[in-house]
Amino acid sequence: MILEQLIDIFLLVFLAIISIAVLRIRDLFTAVMLFGIYSLTSASLFMVLDAADVGFTEAAVGAGISTILMLATISMTGREEKPLKKKGTMLPLAVVVITGATLVYGIMDLPPFGEPDNPVHTHVAPRYIEQSPQEIDVPNFVTAVLASYRGYDTLGEVVVIFTAGVGVMLLIGRRRKRKEGISNE
Amino acid sequence: MSGLGVWNYVIIIFLMMIGLYMVMSSSNLVKKLIGLNVFQTSVFFLYISFGYIEGATGPVMQEGASLYSNPLPHVLILTAIVVGVATTAVGLALSVRIKESFGTIEEDELHTMDSSL
Repeated sequence: MILEQLIDIFLLVFLAIISIAVLRIRDLFTAVMLFGIYSLTSASLFMVLDAADVGFTEAAVGAGISTILMLATISMTGREEKPLKKKGTMLPLAVVVITGATLVYGIMDLPPFGEPDNPVHTHVAPRYIEQSPQEIDVPNFVTAVLASYRGYDTLGEVVVIFTAGVGVMLLIGRRRKRKEGISNE
Repeated sequence: MSGLGVWNYVIIIFLMMIGLYMVMSSSNLVKKLIGLNVFQTSVFFLYISFGYIEGATGPVMQEGASLYSNPLPHVLILTAIVVGVATTAVGLALSVRIKESFGTIEEDELHTMDSSL
């Protein structure tokens, strides 16, 4: 059991290194490819944390579609980023350090990582786990909750995707007919 | 809270802050969107770690298993991943349009053009 947590920490450290590399690199093509690796690593992290469905979605949607969309965009907007100006980085750094310190102070009050009697596991989730095999008759609890108990959430998600698709079409579909196929995913 | 678990949360917050810093300090719009995605993914890690139970199996019913990890955060994050890609697509489409109209997607150059109008 300690091994799972060690793999979890190892993957998180790996993700931190990749994100620092993305931050420092000026070539946008390299940055996008590194971000693809980041998404794939996060998919494996989801698998380690027992969230198989989330891992599949992240691997397909995060590592696949996002990377393709970003590559299509930098093919139109250019792949070089201008170097950072030194004087502009102090304020963001200060904001980030203060926010990070506040959040680290906040997590000290969280319940222990991975304990079965944490408050989050005691209220709604047991109902789903006990009743959904009889009520929905789907062995995967995530599917049962996604498609049945919280079906309205999924409907809302579809509405958001539809709105985003309409927005993308209105933004670039009208004037550039030939590029519609690339960015209208 | 002590032991390895606390490091899980500390590194997640570190990732979150790298994403936030990327959004604020980069002047390129595509780089900002990558930063937004890094931030977003770290929030997903936070939710999934809340749902994790030590020694539990994944949330799929099987013979002989009594302890499952919490399916509710998984459902919420599944929705959030797809919505995140939709918003990224809109952001990228906006940067393509900005490139067409202004000829650049560097934020400081856009500011200069905006104030010279």
